[in-house]
Amino acid sequence: MARFITRRLITMVVLLFVISLVTFVLFVVALPGGNPAAMIAGRLANQAEVHLISVKYGFDKPIWVQYVKTMGNIFTGQAYSYQQGFNVVQEIRNGLPATLSLAIGAGVFWLLASIALGTLAAVRSGKYTDRVLTVLAMVGVSMPPFYLGALLIYFVGYKAGIIPLQGYVGITHPWQWFKHLVAPWFTLSVLFIGFYSRVLRSSILDTMGEDYVRTARAKGLSERRILVRHVLRLSLLPIISLWGLDIAQVIGGGAILTETVYNLHGVGQLAATAIGNFDTVTLLCVVMLTALAVVVFSALIDVLYAILDPRIRLG
Amino acid sequence: MSTVTEIAFEEPVTPDERDAPPGVGIYALAWRRLRRNRVAMFFGFIFLLIVVMCLLAPVYASSIAHLGPDTEVLGPIKLGGGKTIYAINLVGVPIGPTWNFSHFFLGADENSRDIAVRLLYGGRNSLEIGTVAMLITMLFGTALGLIAGYFRGWMDQLISRVMDVIWAYPAVLLGITLGTVINIRGFLFLHSTTLMSTAFVVGFVYIPYIVRPVRAQVLGLREREFVDAARQQGLSSFRIMFGELLPNLSSTIVVFVPLILANAIILEAALDFLGAGVQPPTPAWGNMIQEGLQQFPGAFHAVLIPGLALVITIMSVNIFGDGVRDALDPRSKAAVRQVKD
Repeated sequence: MARFITRRLITMVVLLFVISLVTFVLFVVALPGGNPAAMIAGRLANQAEVHLISVKYGFDKPIWVQYVKTMGNIFTGQAYSYQQGFNVVQEIRNGLPATLSLAIGAGVFWLLASIALGTLAAVRSGKYTDRVLTVLAMVGVSMPPFYLGALLIYFVGYKAGIIPLQGYVGITHPWQWFKHLVAPWFTLSVLFIGFYSRVLRSSILDTMGEDYVRTARAKGLSERRILVRHVLRLSLLPIISLWGLDIAQVIGGGAILTETVYNLHGVGQLAATAIGNFDTVTLLCVVMLTALAVVVFSALIDVLYAILDPRIRLG
Repeated sequence: MSTVTEIAFEEPVTPDERDAPPGVGIYALAWRRLRRNRVAMFFGFIFLLIVVMCLLAPVYASSIAHLGPDTEVLGPIKLGGGKTIYAINLVGVPIGPTWNFSHFFLGADENSRDIAVRLLYGGRNSLEIGTVAMLITMLFGTALGLIAGYFRGWMDQLISRVMDVIWAYPAVLLGITLGTVINIRGFLFLHSTTLMSTAFVVGFVYIPYIVRPVRAQVLGLREREFVDAARQQGLSSFRIMFGELLPNLSSTIVVFVPLILANAIILEAALDFLGAGVQPPTPAWGNMIQEGLQQFPGAFHAVLIPGLALVITIMSVNIFGDGVRDALDPRSKAAVRQVKD
């Protein structure tokens, strides 16, 4: 276990380093006009002022010095966005409640729904139910989130007046919080449910052919017990590993489209705005948050794997 | 063609081929299976129809609607039967579908442009970008996967780790980052006014999705006798990779083509929607939806129609792709995680 944790920690540090470096270089090298100082100074500034700012922020230093300084600022919570003026770490902290509410609610919903639908499709494989579910899954995976979001906002929100049009309300007002998040949860989930339920269905059908399932049947266990205790336990593995990565990305601000269309002001929307403003520092923070979430969750998923499938050992 | 290659082709490649009656190749067999799959054929046909319609966009624009995709119509438009309409009314709300085939068939958008014309042109752009992106992904993905799997060692390590980094980024985030940078600064021959920059961004994002399965398969194939035989014959690594291994990978690659195409179209639309893809006024389905939403809730048909076109197109490609996969390799689980978001 100690070896497992150490290896994961090393992977995490390396991944964070590489990802932050790539993002930094991509943006610093590609920044419009190549000079962030000119951007901060504004349109009316003269050469001397731009030079002053450039010295103050260290833009005249070599790229690697700038990188080290920026990273230092991020880790001490002192990273300020040059373009938008706010404290980035603070801003991410403000965006996290919305993003976490979205991620956790949607994550639980899409996992449970895909387990239910995938199992149903596998049990009824080849029959009418299965075919209907196949079609639904196809519609699901073909539905871009921003379009589904627009449809829900218009028809359920504007026409029927059931849900609010946009925005996020803190969990201190539970009912409003729920009302604001139902549609985003659904929008984000539909995409995953379509894919996961197909993966689970084929995984269940594969597992059904395993020897140990035949043994269980030979022992005279009920079909229900075989399905839940024997088949599902193994079949869940592939979708759990997918789930871990996907939810990590959503927590790390990956749900850009859903957050943008519902104007949730979460981390994803922050990233989208940052890119539009060439805000390297903010983007760096969000990207690193994503990478961090991905690494942490994939470690958790590996532990879960070992629990579900005793044949797997952590190493 | 050398003798070695002929021997290589006699090698049973997949279990399906072993089952096949003599003289029938895997593609002929797959085509037979695919033809029997009515649903897949139907959606394949729908997709073909959409492609043809979009390619005919200039014909519709010049001979039927008499409007270009960027033409803003401010004056009155005479319909048959003495009716006169305005593309935009006095309070600025664009007209909905007239269902008059030659005049604002699907209504106007907030800039008083004909949505039907823009839909066709936008579709042409979206499909063009999707196709080029898919080709880029397949080309680089296959080449990198072959190199990584064939040479192994440090080359494999390098390629796989780079792919891991691309993979760790959420697809949409990576897409808008690259898209924005290229749109502003340009990169080589790519800049904001060419559709190809979006195509390159989308194509690049999906490369790891092909490298992994190709590499995995090459790792298995390279240990087979026909590769040993080719090596004994003194064939160069290049010829072994592209002359011997590549033909054996073809069914895997073909299976991925429609799946990647569907994903590329979705990601392209997402980038347009976020402003990092095709730049207005050039129409594409994604930026039409985005422009329509700015008028929310006034002219929802401007969102509804391009979105519907997008969903139907992606769905046809997906369903047809599923059919192709089942026909070529019924046991395959090839799938690409969709652009979730």
